[in-house]
Amino acid sequence: MLSLLLAEGHGGGLIPAPVRSAIDRLCDPQYFLPLFFVAFVAGLVFYRKWTQPKVAGGIALAALAGFGLALTNHNFLEIVERPDNIPIVGMLGLVAFFTWYSLRLAAVNDERIEKGEGPIEKTGSNDRVLVWPDLVFSEFIALILCTVLLVVWAIAVKAPLEDPANPFKTPNPSKAPWYFLGLQEMLVYYDPWLAGVVLPGLIIVGLCAAPYIDFNPKGNGYYTFKERRFAISAFLFGFLNLWVVMVLIGTFLRGPNWNVFGPFEKWDVHKVVVLNNVNLSEGFWIGWLKTGFPAWFGASPANGSLAQAGNVIARELPGLVLVLLYLAVPPPVLASTVMKGFYKRMGFIRFNLLVFLMLSMMCLPIKMILRWTLNLKYLVAMPEWFLNI
Amino acid sequence: MAKTPLDEIRSSQVWRSIFRHGYPDTERNRTLAALSNIFLHLHPVRVRKSGLGVRYTWCMGGLTFFLFLVETITGILLMFYYRPTGDAAYNDIAALRDHVPLGVMRELHRWGAHAMVVSVWLHMFRVFLTGSYKPPREFNWCVGVILLVLTLLLSFTGYLLPWDQLAIWAITVGSNMARATPFLGHEGPGASALSVHGLPLIHSSDDARFGLLAGPLVGEGALLRFYVLHCILIPFVASILMAVHFWRVRKDGGISGPM
Repeated sequence: MLSLLLAEGHGGGLIPAPVRSAIDRLCDPQYFLPLFFVAFVAGLVFYRKWTQPKVAGGIALAALAGFGLALTNHNFLEIVERPDNIPIVGMLGLVAFFTWYSLRLAAVNDERIEKGEGPIEKTGSNDRVLVWPDLVFSEFIALILCTVLLVVWAIAVKAPLEDPANPFKTPNPSKAPWYFLGLQEMLVYYDPWLAGVVLPGLIIVGLCAAPYIDFNPKGNGYYTFKERRFAISAFLFGFLNLWVVMVLIGTFLRGPNWNVFGPFEKWDVHKVVVLNNVNLSEGFWIGWLKTGFPAWFGASPANGSLAQAGNVIARELPGLVLVLLYLAVPPPVLASTVMKGFYKRMGFIRFNLLVFLMLSMMCLPIKMILRWTLNLKYLVAMPEWFLNI
Repeated sequence: MAKTPLDEIRSSQVWRSIFRHGYPDTERNRTLAALSNIFLHLHPVRVRKSGLGVRYTWCMGGLTFFLFLVETITGILLMFYYRPTGDAAYNDIAALRDHVPLGVMRELHRWGAHAMVVSVWLHMFRVFLTGSYKPPREFNWCVGVILLVLTLLLSFTGYLLPWDQLAIWAITVGSNMARATPFLGHEGPGASALSVHGLPLIHSSDDARFGLLAGPLVGEGALLRFYVLHCILIPFVASILMAVHFWRVRKDGGISGPM
């Protein structure tokens, strides 16, 4: 209905075409993700400035206005108003709101702490109030509001039901449930064994390990950023940059054949994107040394599987060495330089666990940058054993 | 003073057998209200004032639990009309859509599930940013992480049940990851190392994905398996862990506040 009112006749909408195509181009992950990262760092550095209600309110109004204008575009509206995408739009708004809100509360508390007043939560923190009525009533109100919202939502938007399941007709694109689209987006850069199994497993392990790694006794039970810069920056980087934004890309910017489409672009099944990614081993032996792949263990396949395995490992030696160095060098180097204090306070095991989890988290952005700048496909390519990194 | 009918009821044996205390307008009765009611007994009698404000907790943990209850109730109602078989599943859902005027159960269930995923993320977000996972609450944070994973799995298993194109292909994409599990997936690294005299032990018909789907593809076996996981097993485990989670909130010093 809305789409008919607004977009019929001129599907382009109110945003001028040159601006739309510029936004479309900037929404390519290779520009979008670095831009978001820059905004993220600036947001943390200047957290006291932009979280002030007037500034943040202005940003929110501008974002809402931009979103409203974008809705007049047919293609944008079509994807945003899909029933299952509505909660994702809501989720993005809520995450943005609560990021602002928590950093705002942190900024207020940090100022109070500097003045020696202590965080707001501490004023009268020993005061206890009765659960009935003080807590029970506010829970009741929250419950009613939530119920109203759910009922209105359920009446307004019908749950979709597509055609019956047909294992012989693959839709294009086929997407996982929305909260796993960050993982599906990771498949662009890593094989399923990493993107779908090992790295998600490490996210769970890393989250569980957080309280045992974070040795900072400050900031327990109140909002603060100044007292916990490292922990909060790392968490927000993982949650916002590597999870929420990846869900956003997977949902709204990935169309047929998992190609990138700008928010105003039509999902064209026939869009052709040239893929000329190369493996590190090809670049190293063929592109750089110009020797071809090594055959140190005998060239003919008749030499047995052990020789073949030796040749595969020799071929992938540059990548294997790089990966091993990536995992082995930073812990001791960091322990004796910039993170000396961390190492002293955390001890050997906890420090190494922290660095390993950080390196695992950073392996995604690193692979992205390598893909965008060098067209790197795999650092280690051993399709023989399904071992591609 | 003459007794009103309400007073008559309140002083009757039946009423007094159910409610062991008077109207909760005195400190004593308010304490008893929380203590003598099993549902309110999830709470302590008194809470830290600073932890009470919506500005501090955002109510997200409580809302997640509430949404779990909404999902349970609407889910039970949906179970009356749904058969998890390849022939019936889609038609049952279509019948719910076509033959129930003003029906909202499926909508409540679906949108409530999306909302629960979001609220559980935001709950984790709040707990991290207030440092509430710090001692003595480390273990309860881990329980919470498992509950977060279970919430995603609940939603994931429920995704298949409508048995439409969206369902079957979303689960196909998601479960295809399992065949790349190291050692246990037939396309995973190390699987070829698990062999006896050159005969591989891991095939597409007995690997991790097969275990998840009860078959090499998303078929009727997977539908039944996901149905049982969705309606019985995961809610069962999640309920136990929720009990642990709430219990530990109280045992670890109540709602978090500045130490």
